[in-house]
Amino acid sequence: MSKRINNKIYIAVGIGGMIGAISRYGVSTVFSSFDSFPFGTLTANLLGCFLLSYLLNQKQLKRLLSLEVNIGLTTGIIGAFTTYSTFAVETLELMKRSVILAILYILISILGGLAFCYLGFHVAKRKKVA
Amino acid sequence: MNLFLVAVGGFLGSISRFYISEKTQKRLIGTWLANITGSVILAFVYYLHIDGNLSEKIWFFLGIGFCGAFTTFSTFGNDTLSLIIDNKYKEAIQYISTTLLISLALVFLVWANFN
Repeated sequence: MSKRINNKIYIAVGIGGMIGAISRYGVSTVFSSFDSFPFGTLTANLLGCFLLSYLLNQKQLKRLLSLEVNIGLTTGIIGAFTTYSTFAVETLELMKRSVILAILYILISILGGLAFCYLGFHVAKRKKVA
Repeated sequence: MNLFLVAVGGFLGSISRFYISEKTQKRLIGTWLANITGSVILAFVYYLHIDGNLSEKIWFFLGIGFCGAFTTFSTFGNDTLSLIIDNKYKEAIQYISTTLLISLALVFLVWANFN
């Protein structure tokens, strides 16, 4: 695997990262009026969990795309669309105002993230059978 | 201009994350390290920015672009789900709890340092 990793793949990850980061910023501006709770990051993270799991498990689609496009989509776009650092800082900021809201944010992110990953896995596997 | 800075940050952040993931042979430790170090960098950038010691441009480039793309939630979720599917519940709980506790503790220390 690592032998096939070349500069082209790094560029693909970088270009994907540009698209992912801009999309995340776009989602965050849509939700900026809901300052009391970080809905923007939550939306990007949950949606990204579903999409990544779907793409990683959708073998037919994987075969149609080159390695560069595959890694550009998964590690690049979706990896950069979702974020952990913003989640961590937002959690601390919430905690300063309300510990309950902070715990709620952690629980929805983690359990919701796992549920959306499972959903993506499930949808990808079902399509493969059909 | 802001979009351009987010894009350049995103370009560098995701390449750095991919580089670490390759160096650690795609083991969990790669994402674990990226998420924790990225959270610490973002905390510094964020608290410097809201104190007025860091320009808006640097915030868009380093904060939203670089740190946002260097860290990731989707791989964190998918790796955890893989552990659960493989019945490695102990590892799954360890992965989630150490990522959460260490990153939040360090972000707290950075914040405390600014106050």
